[in-house]
Amino acid sequence: MEATVQQFPPYREGEAHGHDEHGHHEPHFFTKYIFSTDHKVIGIQYGFVALCFMLFGLFLMLMMRWQIAHPGAPVPALGPLLEKILGQPAAGGAISADLYNSFGAMHGTIMVFLGVVPLAFAAFGNYVVPLMIGAPDMAFPRINMASFHAFFLGGVVMLVSFFIPGGAAQAGWTSYSPLATTIPTDGQAFWLVGMVLLITSSLLGAVNFIATIIQLRAPGMTWMRLPFFVWAQFVTAFLLLLAFPPLEAAGLMQLMDNVAGTSFFLPTGLAIGGHMANVSGGGSPLLWQHLFWFLGHPEVYVLILPAMGIVCEVIANNTRKPIWGYKSLVYSVLVIGLLSFIVWAHHMYMTGMGQKIATFFQATTMIISIPSVIILTCLFLSLWGASIRINTPMMFALGFLPMFGIGGLTGLPLGLAATDLYLHDTYYIIAHFHYVVAPGTIFALFAGIYFWFPKMTGRKMNEFWGRVHFWCSFIFMNVVFLPMFTQGAKGMLRRMSDGGVNYSAARVHDAIDVLPVSVMEMNTWILWGAVALGLAQIPFIINLFWSIKHGEAVENDNPWGATTLDWQTPTPPPHGNFETAPHVVRGPYEYNAPGHEGSFSPQSDPPAHPSPHEH
Amino acid sequence: MSESNHPVDLKTYIRTSIMVFAVVFVATASMIAVSFSHVGGWPLKVTLILAIAVVNAFFVAGYLMHLLTEKKLIYTVLAFTVFFFIGLMGLTVWAMNDFPTGTLIH
Amino acid sequence: MDIPYTVQVRPDTGLYNAKVGIWLFLASEMMLFGGLFSAYILLRVGTPPGEWPHGWLDVRFGTFNTMLLALSAITTLLAWVACKVGDFRKFKIFHACTLILALSFLCVKMYEYHDKWIHYEIELKDGRIADGHLVSRTSDVVVIEGRYVTDKKDLYDLRSQKNIPHDEITIPRPEIVKMQNYGPWHNTFTAIYFTLTGLHALHILGGCVVIGYLWGPGSKMWKTDRARFTNRVEVSGLFWHFVDLVWIFLFPVLYLT
Repeated sequence: MEATVQQFPPYREGEAHGHDEHGHHEPHFFTKYIFSTDHKVIGIQYGFVALCFMLFGLFLMLMMRWQIAHPGAPVPALGPLLEKILGQPAAGGAISADLYNSFGAMHGTIMVFLGVVPLAFAAFGNYVVPLMIGAPDMAFPRINMASFHAFFLGGVVMLVSFFIPGGAAQAGWTSYSPLATTIPTDGQAFWLVGMVLLITSSLLGAVNFIATIIQLRAPGMTWMRLPFFVWAQFVTAFLLLLAFPPLEAAGLMQLMDNVAGTSFFLPTGLAIGGHMANVSGGGSPLLWQHLFWFLGHPEVYVLILPAMGIVCEVIANNTRKPIWGYKSLVYSVLVIGLLSFIVWAHHMYMTGMGQKIATFFQATTMIISIPSVIILTCLFLSLWGASIRINTPMMFALGFLPMFGIGGLTGLPLGLAATDLYLHDTYYIIAHFHYVVAPGTIFALFAGIYFWFPKMTGRKMNEFWGRVHFWCSFIFMNVVFLPMFTQGAKGMLRRMSDGGVNYSAARVHDAIDVLPVSVMEMNTWILWGAVALGLAQIPFIINLFWSIKHGEAVENDNPWGATTLDWQTPTPPPHGNFETAPHVVRGPYEYNAPGHEGSFSPQSDPPAHPSPHEH
Repeated sequence: MSESNHPVDLKTYIRTSIMVFAVVFVATASMIAVSFSHVGGWPLKVTLILAIAVVNAFFVAGYLMHLLTEKKLIYTVLAFTVFFFIGLMGLTVWAMNDFPTGTLIH
Repeated sequence: MDIPYTVQVRPDTGLYNAKVGIWLFLASEMMLFGGLFSAYILLRVGTPPGEWPHGWLDVRFGTFNTMLLALSAITTLLAWVACKVGDFRKFKIFHACTLILALSFLCVKMYEYHDKWIHYEIELKDGRIADGHLVSRTSDVVVIEGRYVTDKKDLYDLRSQKNIPHDEITIPRPEIVKMQNYGPWHNTFTAIYFTLTGLHALHILGGCVVIGYLWGPGSKMWKTDRARFTNRVEVSGLFWHFVDLVWIFLFPVLYLT
């Protein structure tokens, strides 16, 4: 059943001369850095661009939080600059309602599709997965390169949309029809074109990942010896492969609505501004919602699964013992993948669905929480009786656990239709999903960056500033998002550009259930928390770049004493990764195994690239 | 070589191709016949036509795409795809047709 | 650096990399067209009774196109078989046929699109509707070859109507309230028709580009790495067969129901 060593050709030939088999000269700058087909370069390209987009998304959020806390007030310091760049929508340096809406839509789009997914799936996946399975590269290196360039182009289109007349997309990251078609801006069409490019990039990437994991595992790397990170990426790739295309179809149809005047999603009798719309009608706005959320729900698992994978690797490594419940983790992640396709309409409880269908989706949603809890429980239980080693990656991984716990648990009243009717479209939802993605996934991604940085560069990031980064981020994430649960429960709705002022006690004195002063005051706290959170990223950014050249050099190729194959390569891994295919003989987390020397046993035997010292 | 388990022979494949083409021809003709006939209302006709189309697709996929002799991995991928495809179609149609009754509109 | 299993099959899966890749890609394509087909179902089911068009598409053209594509699927398979048995000449002949058949398909499709493009529905001030193909137009009149109807519903079910008149009708422009051709904007049927067949046609075009490349410049690999070239022909053939499969459902759904 297993591939044998003999069938694998040598990954790297002519090592002694430092040339590959064709006796190449040093590749041109463009081939090496811009048009590279090496999975490690592509991973770093994705990572760098994604981090830039995340920073931009953070900036959009800060503008929005300013407007919410001080509606109509000019943005301090940056107001005049905004006005200069964007013109009328930022008149007087203040964030107008339309601009707020476009910032909101683009913050979501950029963070999800240009930030977190490319970083979690494409960047980490591209760099680490081939190394972890003992492969020389991805199965289709040139498709890999095409995938990155499609992503980059998609990002450019999204950014350009800010500068066209009418501005960027303003109908939320969900782009519901008929609003998305009737808003008088071409920004929506740009958004759709950008999405088609991003979806194409994801599809190509997904094909590559799945084919690579199936076909290029090194001899002895059976399915149940794969590190959990690889399993997580495998399931994530399947989610992207099969869930994105209906959104691509829907995006195409909405683009036709916007540009060609069709009525796929425009109902009969649509009136705009008091006049009947000049369209054929006959379409269905609900159809867009179904097709969007068919992707939208698997998408959130795309956001979380790679993060869980990273956390698992970091925890196994820093507890110096095998992960608790490896099989449960694997089966749970497979079940999550399967079920995630049939839960989507829990985002649509408010659309007038009947009770039977609502109950169906409620049931599947409740069921899918079980494997999620199993995964979190396994990770928690892995800490029991462990020799916990504290370093920056481990702190972020440990921080992930309760934060994802809060995010996940607060999802339960949203999965239940009865309570969701009240909480839908309130700040409770915003708090819920940000907890899972922001102190959830993003913390895991930080853990991954600090963890794999030494493999990529041969140096560690500064530990002190790493801990500063962690504690400040942890505290301020909670300052920003915890109050939002209360705001939502009190009825504050999403996407209100005035921060809820029109529904507040100050504006409407004698109405029932107005937003009380205490809830409105939270907006100010949240703003300060957001600013502090943004500032807390500065040490990280400086640390990241400074450590590339000046960080503490690692003593060997495996400074963390890890078992997985990615740490059995030279630092940084050369083109082709391993001299010959590693021969895998044991599971991924053989730490302190009884009867074995040393605190860890690498997966391959003999070790593919022995380190001079073992911890 | 890609499929090294059985030898490839042009004549056998030409015979298979003619067979599949005949199936496509007959299937197309029958679908047209059903469509123009008065065998029943449109729902019945649509069901019959789609059934014939599925049989047609089975032959094209099975023989021309070698699906009948494909490996287990491919079957697994396609099985999941079909499951999700049915989920997408079925659940969406169900959702659009299940709504609270006793309201002003319904 | 050599990626393993590019040409040799991996023993436990029995597949080479590109075959895994193409089937994964085809799975995603199934979901893409699935999204569009589910849109078709919902739009049709949501239309009030009697308002979904029948008989707007010429079955003869559709049938001809079906046969063209079926034949091209066969020539694609035989092109691969020719590679397997080492007959480069036959490979070239079979895939040349594939390309010719594919381009003929696209020509027929373009003619059908054009036919819709010049088909107009004109609402007149007196409440009648003139419907037919454009013959000519000036600043004063519009001349179509078609008929008058009084009820818009008469335009939907062409199958149940016998001997639809096709007279030359001259309409003075001042009489016209609204004039619209049978483009995607006309109603949800034309919208989904153009989108489904348009996306399908784009796939045909893409397939032609790939097969054209393999037929032309890419065929150099026959001399340097025959097995890998044969795999490329097989994998592109699988894509082509999928495109044919989509048409096997498109044709009955759009033309026959």
